[in-house]
Amino acid sequence: MRRKKELFGILAIRLSVLFALVSLLAILIFIALNGLKVLSIGFLLESPKEGMTKGGISPAIVGSLWLSLGSISFALPLGVLSAIYLAEYAKGKRLIRIIKVGINALAGVPSVVFGLFGLAVFVKFFDFGVSIISGSLTLGILILPTIIRASEEAVLAVPQDFREASFSLGANKWQTVRKAVLPSALSGILTGAILGIGRAAGETAPILFTAATFYQRGLPHSIFDDVMALPYHIYALMTEGTSPQYQVPIAYGTALVLLLLVLGINLVAIIVRTRARRAKKW
Amino acid sequence: MVKHKILTKGLSLWYGENHALKDINISIPEKAVTAIMGPSGCGKSTLLRCFNRLNDLVDGTRVKGGVLLDGENIYKDSMDVFLLRRRVGMVFQKVNPFPKTIFENVAYGLRIHGSKDGGKIEDRVRESLIDAAIWDEVKADLHKSAFDLSGGQQQRLCIARAIAIEPEVILFDEPCSALDPISTAKIEKLIEELKQIFTIVIVTHNMQQAARVSDYTAFMLLGELVEFGKTERIFTAPEDKRTENYLTGKFG
Repeated sequence: MRRKKELFGILAIRLSVLFALVSLLAILIFIALNGLKVLSIGFLLESPKEGMTKGGISPAIVGSLWLSLGSISFALPLGVLSAIYLAEYAKGKRLIRIIKVGINALAGVPSVVFGLFGLAVFVKFFDFGVSIISGSLTLGILILPTIIRASEEAVLAVPQDFREASFSLGANKWQTVRKAVLPSALSGILTGAILGIGRAAGETAPILFTAATFYQRGLPHSIFDDVMALPYHIYALMTEGTSPQYQVPIAYGTALVLLLLVLGINLVAIIVRTRARRAKKW
Repeated sequence: MVKHKILTKGLSLWYGENHALKDINISIPEKAVTAIMGPSGCGKSTLLRCFNRLNDLVDGTRVKGGVLLDGENIYKDSMDVFLLRRRVGMVFQKVNPFPKTIFENVAYGLRIHGSKDGGKIEDRVRESLIDAAIWDEVKADLHKSAFDLSGGQQQRLCIARAIAIEPEVILFDEPCSALDPISTAKIEKLIEELKQIFTIVIVTHNMQQAARVSDYTAFMLLGELVEFGKTERIFTAPEDKRTENYLTGKFG
């Protein structure tokens, strides 16, 4: 009887893993099969044509890159400084716990709520309009918890020996953090940042009201212009327009590009992490 | 008459509830090697870390009494701890070069203290590596990672790093406990030479090492300073029964 229970348990575990893998493969294959039909160099380099029924998605690719870069250049410094505060400066377990609960809560906020917040604060209150800057700031707040957590972990993983060595040479706290701790934590911080970029590139809801536009001739000229973006482009193609027979294949093509982009970004993060681990000798 | 570099007056220290040092009175002679020996947990490293106030980094540390460096109490409120640590350097038990190049490891302290002149930094790095008896082994590889060196070389690099900012005192916290006998011999020889320039305090649980390198020896037990005196005298005619028991291997 016990033997049977064990066998059943192992079977359940194996099936669960199998289910997860099959789901992933199914999505990849489904998107690839549908998307490859429209994918071509022209698809990547051209603008949409004839009411979104022909042409490519280059403005959406460029827009997504702008938004990702914008969000990370805002979230990275803020996130790293917060992490340094938490790991090195914050005194008292209670305070740290309260801050961490706050950061976790921020990570749990549904992304569409960030969109609404961005609309109210950046688009309206600061009057940035629907623009790259509004979208970047909104996405930046969204990925802040990821960056803070990864950076904090990286800073905490730096051996105490380095801090002691630095202090023993007469360095003050800030010098120690800047010159002994941060360089050693850099790879961990970078990994977090890259994962953050990937997350920002894939989100739809936060840019829905803050940055994205359905169609744009050419590319944005400044950070106060609105932009096309890959995830929003899919959404728009599937919900607006009058020629689904042409639009749906383009949507699948866009989905494939987005998927490859995000998977590629994650791959870079994995490579950075693996390299850093290999180089580490402490 | 021997000049005293460091003098402790009724020094007691607590980590939270743990009474780690009990009323320590010791005087460390200038430009000599003083060894502090004793079994694990006797407080010898804690005492050493009072001399550069590195214990400050541990939360819940409380200190009573004083430590005088050239007659100045380093635990007074107006003490500049960062300047103190420039005068009192340290070499650690766990070999701990920074994950930087050999050159940048030695230059670290210079840069921290505001050196900007590249030529001067270069000179000082070279002198320090020579003084730490490692120059010949690394002069061709100054811009390679310090982690490429062997454990013994890394420890001599750490000594060069400590020397570079020209301290007056160097504290060694069991500097050879992770090293092989040949590397240990090199470091002990180096310590012999360094005492011409620096006041040296070395913590060790290895009594042979204490006998070999030191001019003065302190024996500690359970947070107390049991006995202190010239090394020859401590090893040949200990006055305290506990010192004698430790030296003859009855415990430790």
